[in-house]
Amino acid sequence: MTDLRLEGVTKRFGDCVANDNIDLRVATGSIHAVLGENGAGKTTLMNILSGLYQPDEGQIYLDEQPVHIHSSQAAIAHGIGMIHQHFMLAPSLTVTENIVLGADAGFHLRRRAKEGEIAALSQSYGLSVPPHARVEDLSLGVQQRVEILKVLYRRAKILILDEPTAVLTPVEVDSLLRLLRLLAAQQHTILFISHKLDEVMTLCDQVTILRRGKVVGTLATQDCNQRELARLMVGRDINRAYPKTALPYRQINLSMRDLWVRNRRGLLAVQGVSLELKAGEIVGIAGIDGNGQRELADAIAKLVPIERGTLSMPPDCTLGYIPEDRQKMGLILRFSIARNLILKAFRWLPFANWGWLRKKAIEKHAIAAIKTFDIRPAHPDLPANQLSGGNQQKVVLARELSGNPAVILAMHPTRGLDIGATEYVQRTLLQQRQRGAATLYISTDLEELITMSDRIAVMYEGRFVDILSAATATVEQLGLLMAGGERSTDRAATHHSTHRSRVTQWPTNA
Amino acid sequence: MLKRFSVQAQSVLIAAFSPCLAMLAALMVGALLMTMAGANPMQAYAALFQESLLTVFGFGNTLTKTTPLLLAGLGVLVALRAGLFNLGGEGQIYMGGLGSLLAGLYLQGLPLWIHLPLALLAGFVLGGVWGAIAGYLKIARGLNEVLTTLLLNYVAQYHVGYLVNGPLIEPGAPSPYSPLITETARLPRVLPQSQAHLGIFLGLGLALLLAVVFSMTSLGFQVDAVGQNSVAARYAGIPVKRTIVGVMAVSGGLAGLAGSAEVLGLKHRLFENFAGGYGFDAIAIALLSRGNPFGVALTAFFFGALRSGANVMQRSAGVPVTIVSAIQGLTLLFIAISLAVEYKTRSAPRVKPFQPTP
Repeated sequence: MTDLRLEGVTKRFGDCVANDNIDLRVATGSIHAVLGENGAGKTTLMNILSGLYQPDEGQIYLDEQPVHIHSSQAAIAHGIGMIHQHFMLAPSLTVTENIVLGADAGFHLRRRAKEGEIAALSQSYGLSVPPHARVEDLSLGVQQRVEILKVLYRRAKILILDEPTAVLTPVEVDSLLRLLRLLAAQQHTILFISHKLDEVMTLCDQVTILRRGKVVGTLATQDCNQRELARLMVGRDINRAYPKTALPYRQINLSMRDLWVRNRRGLLAVQGVSLELKAGEIVGIAGIDGNGQRELADAIAKLVPIERGTLSMPPDCTLGYIPEDRQKMGLILRFSIARNLILKAFRWLPFANWGWLRKKAIEKHAIAAIKTFDIRPAHPDLPANQLSGGNQQKVVLARELSGNPAVILAMHPTRGLDIGATEYVQRTLLQQRQRGAATLYISTDLEELITMSDRIAVMYEGRFVDILSAATATVEQLGLLMAGGERSTDRAATHHSTHRSRVTQWPTNA
Repeated sequence: MLKRFSVQAQSVLIAAFSPCLAMLAALMVGALLMTMAGANPMQAYAALFQESLLTVFGFGNTLTKTTPLLLAGLGVLVALRAGLFNLGGEGQIYMGGLGSLLAGLYLQGLPLWIHLPLALLAGFVLGGVWGAIAGYLKIARGLNEVLTTLLLNYVAQYHVGYLVNGPLIEPGAPSPYSPLITETARLPRVLPQSQAHLGIFLGLGLALLLAVVFSMTSLGFQVDAVGQNSVAARYAGIPVKRTIVGVMAVSGGLAGLAGSAEVLGLKHRLFENFAGGYGFDAIAIALLSRGNPFGVALTAFFFGALRSGANVMQRSAGVPVTIVSAIQGLTLLFIAISLAVEYKTRSAPRVKPFQPTP
């Protein structure tokens, strides 16, 4: 039996074919992954299914009945529910209000009855979601459950999840995967969009790989391996293990002693952090977002004042900062590539002379940087918002790494990038390490941290819980330290009781 | 690639022509309104533009009305380039007028080539202070400049009103106004048999200067960077707060010069309520011109011509003066429509072409 079937779905935007003759079959009660790099057409396809776009050609069938999904209301009427990567919740409303919002036509809210209904619904799926809590007070993992409840409340049978694990902690990822299996067992159909191979392998029954808008294969996960999927997705072999050699540098490029920093709301976000960062060393900082990483990086970049403690760098030490959000903090999207490249240096020679911009020098610099960092399309005058995420990040890299900084702050440098671009960013930063840069690599992706770092500091509630050697650290160990207080979760309690002593140690450590 | 550039060229063309189109469309709808009011639109427009463009006195009148619109419009534009809304043009005009009046009244015995620049500077400085207050409140206390500039309008207006009713009133004057300023502080007339004064060239010169600053200097780059994305600018080490205060000061200063031009060029004294809504028209003008100083000059001239011809139109065609306000409003409406259309076509699903990365 086939629940959802796509036949020859094609979607064009101008000359660009975003989806080219896509065939897809998803059986009821199965978990089907759609895998592909950024720009492979995953999102377009899902937007067609959820009624945001109309296909130019092709047909969608539900239970072998041809359907036209002309709006998102129509999609939900057909039982298709979409869970977006960025949650579509009103933060100041309660869980119940968010769930019923727009779903009930009646004028009268009947809040009490609805709350009971939502509580029962969440119980039936084993979810503990407080029905009258405000969404803004909930963690991202719980907010995601609210999103899922929202589509279940609308009686969706087909759930589309767009990169659902991107914002979650390892523990939350586990419980999400459990929930999805439960939903599948109850005859829900799940479309799981991702570019994380390990999750696809563990969770999904079938996987369809998209590349450049085309289906390049549909496989059963039990018949394939990660390497094969990666090759299909990227179109060539990917080698993510980088050879790392010990380097002869001894100089300390950045030293922090008992550093305290306040966040924008005046709370102490960094509480007594100490670290010495040597030339030619990458220190990874693991931690769930919002545990003081941003404030730490901003303080090192001297964007926010230091409350207490010392921060020292050698004299004339330059710093390159790759901020966490390249579109909001790293780039001026409506500025051209050339102008973005000189954002830090535009006031001085060679780019300006007595206040006059030197167009020739700016363009020459841009052409050189575009060549070195292989930015495409290679046109200096193109606005940054016309570039793909990977190329945008290359512009940031080109700017921040020009002049070979002694200290590099890289905050989520590969977030949202596809495999090819991720590899490029990582290789570039490793080249900088080889050159003798001291790098602070902040990420939530633990495997990435283990691959990239020499040492890994785990940050929790503003402190370094522990600093481990990357050569021996494991994902489980880091995940547990990162979760800090979440020791009561079953995963931590059952599988890793050996590490509990270390977690309980942390206050004295810091 | 070629296609992308033809698209860009197209958008430049749209940016240049849409204000003209908006003005034309507003005139056409205005004609409709006149017909409904029982007047002959052809006759009315003929009267309006004959008066405002084709007679020496009328053209001079158009230029005198254009001058404050142009200067204040440039002020609003500078703020817009830095992402700030300066709705305080009106108040800054009052303060600028006051500054120039004081310099023109109390400085005596200076030659024109010293006195006049000093009087202009005084207007620029006082208007600039008025703008900078809003800028400072924004960076130090987080107050939105939309609100503070708007409220400061009243402070300035009533402040000037008090002064010309009290300390600055001309002895024995039948209505509240100040004494005349000294000859050496007056902007010279530029067109015989009309009131047009040097202020129009001051405005055009400043428009040119701003165009140069924004396209060729690091200062213009800095202001644009803050305006387009102040967060990224801060991360790149640009002093965002200083830029905001500086821009608000220049913005207020330019609007202040509009007040100076009224006092030094046209009235030669300070009247109560002399700004007459120029500061608010300036907001519309700056928005219409999409960040381009020459666009401000063009639009200010159009608005100036409407203001200048309105009375004659009323006398000869029986069309009420208020129709001119309607046309101004319609122009703004049409430009808003064109912006919305443009925004929609630009933000239509744009798929990034797949770019394999090595």
